[in-house]
Amino acid sequence: MIHNHKTIEARPAPSSTIGPIAWLRTNLFSGPINTLFTLLALYLLYLLLVPAIQWALINADWIGTSREDCSREGACWVFVNARIGQFIYGLYPRDELWRVNVIFAVFAILVAWLAIPRLPLKRWVAAVTLIVFPIFVYFLLYGGYFGLRVVETHRWGGLMLTLVLAVVGMVAALPIGTLLALGRRSHMPIVKSFSVVFIEFWRGVPLITVLFMASVMLPLFMPTGVSVDRLVRALIGITLFQSAYMAEVVRGGLQAIPRGQEEAAAALGMGYWKRMGLIVLPQALKMMIPGIVNTFISLFKDTTLVMIIGLFDLLGIVQAALSDSRWLGFALEGYVFAGLMFWIFCFSMSRYSQYLERKLHTGHKR
Amino acid sequence: MSARSKLPAQGPKPPFWRDPAKRALAFQLVLVAAVAAFLLTIIGNTQDNLAARGITTGFGFLTNTSGFGIVQSLIDYSSQSTYGRTFVVGLLNTLLVSGLGVLAATIIGFTVGIARLSPNWLIARLANGYIEIFRNIPLLLQIFFWYFAVLRAMPSARESLSLGEVIFLNVRGLYLPQPMFESGFGLIPLALAIAIVASIALLIWNKRRHEATGQRLPAGWIALALIVGLPLGVLVVTGVPVTWDIPELGGFNFRGGITVIPEFLALWLALSIYTASFIAEIVRSGIQAISHGQTEAAQALSLPQGLVLRLVVVPQALRVIIPPLTSQYLNLIKNSSLATAIGYPDLVSVFAGTTLNQTGQAIEVIAMTMAVYLTISLLVSMFMNWFNARVALVER
Repeated sequence: MIHNHKTIEARPAPSSTIGPIAWLRTNLFSGPINTLFTLLALYLLYLLLVPAIQWALINADWIGTSREDCSREGACWVFVNARIGQFIYGLYPRDELWRVNVIFAVFAILVAWLAIPRLPLKRWVAAVTLIVFPIFVYFLLYGGYFGLRVVETHRWGGLMLTLVLAVVGMVAALPIGTLLALGRRSHMPIVKSFSVVFIEFWRGVPLITVLFMASVMLPLFMPTGVSVDRLVRALIGITLFQSAYMAEVVRGGLQAIPRGQEEAAAALGMGYWKRMGLIVLPQALKMMIPGIVNTFISLFKDTTLVMIIGLFDLLGIVQAALSDSRWLGFALEGYVFAGLMFWIFCFSMSRYSQYLERKLHTGHKR
Repeated sequence: MSARSKLPAQGPKPPFWRDPAKRALAFQLVLVAAVAAFLLTIIGNTQDNLAARGITTGFGFLTNTSGFGIVQSLIDYSSQSTYGRTFVVGLLNTLLVSGLGVLAATIIGFTVGIARLSPNWLIARLANGYIEIFRNIPLLLQIFFWYFAVLRAMPSARESLSLGEVIFLNVRGLYLPQPMFESGFGLIPLALAIAIVASIALLIWNKRRHEATGQRLPAGWIALALIVGLPLGVLVVTGVPVTWDIPELGGFNFRGGITVIPEFLALWLALSIYTASFIAEIVRSGIQAISHGQTEAAQALSLPQGLVLRLVVVPQALRVIIPPLTSQYLNLIKNSSLATAIGYPDLVSVFAGTTLNQTGQAIEVIAMTMAVYLTISLLVSMFMNWFNARVALVER
């Protein structure tokens, strides 16, 4: 009897379990209801995307100098092109734009350094970003020193102003928020109730009333004859508002640190500020970063409200450009441009915060 | 037992500035003094400034005639009404747009959030696209988009877009048919009320019977039939005492029906769509937070799929969903104040805007406006604390 010991090759898996067809079957057409949903979704996409692409890309006009260069069949990007300088720099003097560009470049380098995990010296770079950089920005943007021309704040605007408002609001709110959060967890009754009232008050009112208050009531609070710059008034309002939200983020971070850490530090004879500054806060900070990024995103979006008290941020300057009599009727183009700018910033930040959350949450995952 | 007190004092007593209790007291006294000094300076400055501008403080202005009209109001209002009435009109308009916004945002948000978890790849991607697009664009920009780029670009009244010649949309707003109730219509709400009370009683009785005997009726269906059927039955029996007032084009504008102003539409759309993107994320993460083991354990008890969801997954998911959901509702109410940017007559627009500019009573007006929002937030957070205490996990 002859035994045939040749191994039989395994047959390939049937096409109903692997490959693109199987994928389509399990994910799109797994049953009558699912197929119906898929077809409906495809139809919806067709209804939305085809006209949008035709309007924004195929029929759009890109090159030109005035509205006569636009055919009115698609988008008129000529409008955005003609105004791009204003949208980014506001009314900043044309021959001083290098100052803004230097700040943009430095800011981009600092943020990239902080965001890329492999680069060293994170702590020092963070300190520079939070302390040295704002001072540098003030001297360079406002001028008046080192032979730089003074540029009044009413000429600031566009994307630049949006970034100034968001970054200053954030940098100022961080220490105030930290103090408020520590106060809220304190055992001293007066400190605790003061912090609670402060936080809940600012969190309970809309930002727009805070800005109204800053622009209408702040001048009343000042000694007679003292006037506060409109931008500074907006910044004070934003900082107060933001520090209350920041305090809640910091509190969340502090609560995540086990009590044993603070007790161990106390057992070593450390005082309150040493316990907080050396043991608890550094550990809590790591947990807080996603929350801080998230509040920064909402602050970044909320800065658009300053246009209601007469400042020209990115949205404000787009809105102003839309009422220019030479360019009437291009509202859609203006909003799509501003929306895209905001979207790019916010989306990349939210992706970064999700990445951080994944990185920090080791374990406990389903 | 008093061995401790018999121990000799160890070394000299520390100086008083090393005593934590005394230090805390001193620190708090300094804080109180600093806050008091700050407030006194501000109050003094404000009094000087107000005296210099000739503004008298107090709430007397609320009884003065406002002298301006409001384009939408839920109660009678004319330019002869007082500032106090202006405040009420603004507050009601804020509540109207917030209430309808909460309703729409909840419906859209839950739909998109559940669609995000759909096994259908395309549906899940679409839902994700919706979330990522709308929550990363500032709300004010979205309001402007709907108002200036969509609704202000609508055709004039003569070329209105229409749906079945009953609903019309043009640059002046949306025109809906209005139900006109004739006499005898009062019976229908009465029937609805009776049906609801009866349904609740039925559900309670059914639950008790189920717990006692293990038998039960399909009470949910009976209740639904009662709530829908009873008012409908009364409607038919009384001969449908409702007529519809359909808007008609007369001259340059529509007459009759309900007019929805474009400011309201833009604000409502933007608020609902923006907030819904956040609610969708909350719903998705709430459902995903329920460990899969829970579903498997429930299936192992051979519960049918409907009961697995109703008894195991949804109650636990709601515990996770409701606190952030209420804070989104709160955000929506606060965000409705952006109305002022497009001129919808909400509280901030007509009171903190027009009234403040006309009277100059900055402090009173801003304080009243802030008090309204603070009260709403306080009420909502009280509800949230009550809810959290009710559903909190009772562990060992």
